[in-house]
Amino acid sequence: MARTSARDRMKNEINAGSMADIAFLLLIFFLVTTTIVEDKGITVKLPPWSEEDPETQRLKERNVYAVLVNAGNELLVRGQPMRVSDLRDNAKEFIANPNGRSDYAEKPTMAIISLKNDRGTEYRTYLAVYNELKGAYNELWDELAQRKFGVPYSDDLPLAQRKAIKDEIPMVLSEAEPTNFAEGGS
Amino acid sequence: MSKFSKKRGKSDPAISTASLPDIIFMLLFFFMVVTVLRDAELKVKVVTPYATELTKLEEKSLVNYLYIGRPTQKFQDVYGTKPRLQLGDKFATIAEIPLFLEKHKVKIPEAKRPKITSSLRVDGEVTMGVVQDVKTELRKAGQLKVNYSAKTDPNAN
Repeated sequence: MARTSARDRMKNEINAGSMADIAFLLLIFFLVTTTIVEDKGITVKLPPWSEEDPETQRLKERNVYAVLVNAGNELLVRGQPMRVSDLRDNAKEFIANPNGRSDYAEKPTMAIISLKNDRGTEYRTYLAVYNELKGAYNELWDELAQRKFGVPYSDDLPLAQRKAIKDEIPMVLSEAEPTNFAEGGS
Repeated sequence: MSKFSKKRGKSDPAISTASLPDIIFMLLFFFMVVTVLRDAELKVKVVTPYATELTKLEEKSLVNYLYIGRPTQKFQDVYGTKPRLQLGDKFATIAEIPLFLEKHKVKIPEAKRPKITSSLRVDGEVTMGVVQDVKTELRKAGQLKVNYSAKTDPNAN
């Protein structure tokens, strides 16, 4: 009796050793139930829906960069077959038109990219094409920002500077209703 | 004097493990902060394609996810192998998109509603037909901010 009371006086603290186990249990639970998701992607602004048919605009042919993707995932750019890997440089040249070619865009502000795909086009190809076109604009913005402000283009730039760049090279990408040649039902 | 020192000498000098829980809790909090709870079980196979011009989705609470892909092996007997849409944790039809968007919208304060983004997590092998239908429905519902989910190619450069 006397011995226990002496021991009690010695260790008068709560045993916190199991606390670590409890915390470990929680830790493992969270490790198992969670996944680190890569939440990245290509952000797109869709045009608003309207029931009426859009007005037909007469555009000069030299200002339109028509990209067609067929159900066989092949590209037709302004009537010429092309590979996806060549699209970015070609689109850049079309928009900026550094050599003043008469069949390329008059000014970057007037350039319009028209993208049309088939319902049978693979999503992967569509996204690759979209990625290249967006990449062309991104590179042009980068070059312009480098020239004007000495820094690469990014969303961290002041709004006024970003607006100045977007005014000079606006991104106009029009998507037509897809054709339906080969919607593969499998 | 000697009585006290003797007793102390006899009791085993254990290393204090009292700070161990704190360390573990620190780890726990780290994992809780950096990870996101998977809200829905994936019933369709989604392997997002590779892309380079990526933007990061900022606020998770402002994002709703639409999955498009072929049903996984488990669900193929019932739902077939045709690409399907998954909203939340169940298969859905295109017509259910407006309700799904509305359900997500009411949970968000009004000031932040214009910033709502729809993340389209689409399998690379899906054809554009079903994606186009979803896009049209999103446009009709007034949900114009869309993010095509993609990842960076680990083999690039």
